Amino acid sequence: MSETIRVGMSQLVVAEAPTILVTLGLGSCVAVCIYDYLLKVGGMAHVMLPDSSLSNDVTNRGKFADTAVVDLVSALQKKGTAKERMVVKIAGGAQMFSYQGIDNQIQIGVRNVKAVEENLARLGLTITSRSVGGNLGRSVFMDLSTGDVRVKMLNSPEIIL
Amino acid sequence: MIHNLTPLQLDAIREVGNIGAGHAATVLSQLLNQKVSMSVPEVNILPLAEACDVVGGPEQPMVGVYLRVFGGAPSKILYLFPEDKALFLAGLLINDQEKCRNLLGELEVSALKEIGNILTGAYVYAFSNFTGIDMLSSVPALAFDMVGAIINTVLADLGEMGDYALIIKTQLSACDESVDGHFFLVPDPGSLATILAALGVKDGCQKRSGSECPN
Repeated sequence: MSETIRVGMSQLVVAEAPTILVTLGLGSCVAVCIYDYLLKVGGMAHVMLPDSSLSNDVTNRGKFADTAVVDLVSALQKKGTAKERMVVKIAGGAQMFSYQGIDNQIQIGVRNVKAVEENLARLGLTITSRSVGGNLGRSVFMDLSTGDVRVKMLNSPEIIL
Repeated sequence: MIHNLTPLQLDAIREVGNIGAGHAATVLSQLLNQKVSMSVPEVNILPLAEACDVVGGPEQPMVGVYLRVFGGAPSKILYLFPEDKALFLAGLLINDQEKCRNLLGELEVSALKEIGNILTGAYVYAFSNFTGIDMLSSVPALAFDMVGAIINTVLADLGEMGDYALIIKTQLSACDESVDGHFFLVPDPGSLATILAALGVKDGCQKRSGSECPN
């Protein structure tokens, strides 16, 4: 029986097979999933905000795209994973509310995705597959035995990244 | 500051929540011509990682009506209704249950947004009168999705200031629970101090002549 670990908003978890990393109900947040097929080790970060430099409290580094990506990669490297073997998949960043103007928070999903992409690129990592944007929330299940990332959306068929 | 609020401050916040939600419930009752009951507001202070679970399973589909409150104490207001209850509510408002079958239909969306608008108007008016803080609400936005995703989107920007969310949660129900929903008020991090000051509990205890502050 494989163990399931919930990755809540702003959390970052690294584990190994046969664990399943799960985040339920992602809206504008982005789940960054990185996996090493050889070691069957992987991690997930549940990113809420694009940029730690806009914040005055950076104690929880898992919250921001820039710090979370760096920390996730280095946590995996500590487990013996090399960057060349890292397979990166991302999901989330939806725009949940259709809304006219005034609040740039509403655009936060788009900004989160962009920030995650930029920060991964800065570390020389490419994204293998993604399910981002749109206006539907997502639940993400990352199976560390296979590296499959299942994405569930309301009233839509399941996607495997 | 959120997680070291004193019991008195929490009580004061709960009381404002009570007054606001009381007015909103009265207005809902007039709107629907039905008796509306309301729970005592709960003040929840939650780590962000757990905030999505505040109404139960995060994958449950719900309708969320979201508004921003501007002015002296910027905040967010969110109404959550399970899908069947939302349809029933929309049906009550336009007085035709037959017409309300599709949650994302134009008529239903419009009716639900209008309910959010009216309830928020009543809430904000009461809140503003009681505290003397000027407040104004935005136009409503609506989403029908997994409740975790709705909450997660609404709370995302709180992360800029800290790791906790303060949520004032009230449950409203009417028509033998055929209408049943949650109502959240989430003050922006900076607004909490303004609200506490307006309530006279900025320092954690009410200053009255002749009475000492217990520490």
